Amino acid sequence: MQPYDMPDEKGHFGQFGGIFVAETLIEALDELRVMYEKYRHDPDFLTELQYDLKHFVGRPSPIYHAKRWSDRVGGAQIYLKREDLNHTGAHKVNNTVGQALLAKRMGKPRIIAETGAGQHGVATATISARLGLECVVYMGAEDVKRQAPNVYRMKLLGATVVPVESGSKTLKDALNEAMRDWVTNISTTFYIIGTVAGPHPYPMMVRDFNSVVGVECKMQMNEMLGRQPDAVVACVGGGSNAMGIFYPYIDLREVRLIGVEAAGHGIETGKHAAPLTANSPIGVLHGNRTYLMQNEEGQIIETHSISAGLDYPGVGPEHAWLKDIKRAEYVAVTDTDALDAFHSLCLTEGIIPALETSHALAYAEKLAKTMKPDQVILVNLSGRGDKDINTVAKISNINL
Amino acid sequence: MSRITDTFQALKEKNKKALIPYITAGDPHPDLTESMLHALVDAGADMIELGIPFSDPMADGPTIQRASERALAHHVGLSHVFKMVKAFREKNNKTPIILMGYANPIEAISAETFVVRAKASDVDGIITVDYPPEECKQFTKLLKEKNIDSIFLLSPTTELDRVKLIIEQASGFLYYVSLKGVTGAANIDIEQVKSKVGIIRELTKLPIGVGFGVKDATTAKEVAKISDAVVVGSRMVQEIENSNKDNLIHNISKLMKELREAVN
Ligand SMILES: Cc1ncc(COP(=O)(O)O)c(C=O)c1O
Repeated sequence: MQPYDMPDEKGHFGQFGGIFVAETLIEALDELRVMYEKYRHDPDFLTELQYDLKHFVGRPSPIYHAKRWSDRVGGAQIYLKREDLNHTGAHKVNNTVGQALLAKRMGKPRIIAETGAGQHGVATATISARLGLECVVYMGAEDVKRQAPNVYRMKLLGATVVPVESGSKTLKDALNEAMRDWVTNISTTFYIIGTVAGPHPYPMMVRDFNSVVGVECKMQMNEMLGRQPDAVVACVGGGSNAMGIFYPYIDLREVRLIGVEAAGHGIETGKHAAPLTANSPIGVLHGNRTYLMQNEEGQIIETHSISAGLDYPGVGPEHAWLKDIKRAEYVAVTDTDALDAFHSLCLTEGIIPALETSHALAYAEKLAKTMKPDQVILVNLSGRGDKDINTVAKISNINL
Repeated sequence: MSRITDTFQALKEKNKKALIPYITAGDPHPDLTESMLHALVDAGADMIELGIPFSDPMADGPTIQRASERALAHHVGLSHVFKMVKAFREKNNKTPIILMGYANPIEAISAETFVVRAKASDVDGIITVDYPPEECKQFTKLLKEKNIDSIFLLSPTTELDRVKLIIEQASGFLYYVSLKGVTGAANIDIEQVKSKVGIIRELTKLPIGVGFGVKDATTAKEVAKISDAVVVGSRMVQEIENSNKDNLIHNISKLMKELREAVN
């Protein structure tokens, strides 16, 4: 079988992906593509990136056998890839370090980013502070309210946080606004997109920078168990932590790859953020073609999820492709089930997971029960849940 | 020949430049759009750009975003837009109507259905903001079969090779975006526009329109000197935003007349 080699040079994953932007952005994307091609295999660039990943981010992150939790669940052994232990507390930083180093090479003094949960915003503000770059983060006004600690964190790191009041005031609108900023300030500004969405080369580049996660897993699983997992499970908002851990496993066909979307109040209620699981139609948003939650008139509809980081109506085009070619499976988990898994991991393993990650954990729990004790599930523990304690406390009627 | 080409031809014979106002369909209310279209024509519009409301207008500044939101509050989508154009055509069979919008509402009903319905309501041209030439060859072909013009944007950063690629697919006219940025952004640099328009002219016989940043009659006048058409978007939408339903028609007509005089 041919090794997996996607996207094509125009950024297509089959019918998905591509470059769907106004002419005013084309040159900036061309420049980015050329520079990324130039540096992605450049030894100096890679040495600098490795150094930062090791000494600034704290890589490699360990894999941890959640033994008590596995026993409690009953069934397969659950292993956790501890991206929560990275500096800034999530996988997002792998990508921001890579893109920021690229921005530096390109001589761009100003960084912009969009953020939902605030994790990508914090990671971007962090690396901008470290490299002495100006940083502006766009964040939906709703999310600014939901994620107050991360807003303050970004400010402490010297970033300007701009609340976005247009549209649904969430992640998708923050992305629109960041694009508008970029087109206006192209010559000075590098736009660090936080997930595997956007126009080419972003889905590919963000995947590549995050695939350090899967590359490490392959080595670590081999060292720990002398084998690879039976299934890899990751939550999917835009899909960057999932692509990061899936990508190095794509050619290992015997490993199941399972992406977990946010079912919100339940797929059947329509109040969710699960375009793949709900079989949403194909459409064009934020520069690429993918499955998209929309009404019959092609207007993007509001999404619902307890976790701001999964509250996105689209999904990275490579996930759309992996679904169509049946290399990955996509399922969804409700707010309630995610919360249960959140508490369960806190109590049995002493790890507070992000609410995004809790969706993956909830599905791993369900899946483990159907498997044998000598089988292995590897979950990408994409982030820690400190940012979510206000949300969880509120649901539990506790006033902090 | 298309209505757009005919209109440019007729203007050229009179040594005049085309004036193209932009409004968003359904803004401020779907019941008003048709009478606004007629009023703009009566006040001197040669063609009209009619925006298709979209939930995520990535290339638009705050003014046109708000227009989209006002229209969407009344659930205005493509099916209404087609009806509006059809109704307009019952009284006006001459003025070209150019739809401007984003790819997703078109793909939601499919490109095939879109062109059939656009033809049935007598639409003359379409600008799809987020369809660069590489991604819309099939759509352009379908439009051509129905004799609907494909109007493409060119920007200050578009390289010469791309200009050529775009010209191969374009018809009706070329739309030069006069600044780096979203609709309604900063003031435009006339000298820079002039030199770029000059370069494009050497490559094509298509008329060249200029828009994104024409903020007043004075700018419109300057732009008219160096192009074949002046597009006025955010300024027109601003006038709509600042009017109420009693003075709306009066206000947009007045602005249109001012622009007409300046351009003549
Ligand atoms: C911890 C964590 N996991 C997952 C996500 C979802 O993003 P993605 O699907 O790109 O991994 C986020 C986004 O904010 C996050 O903070």
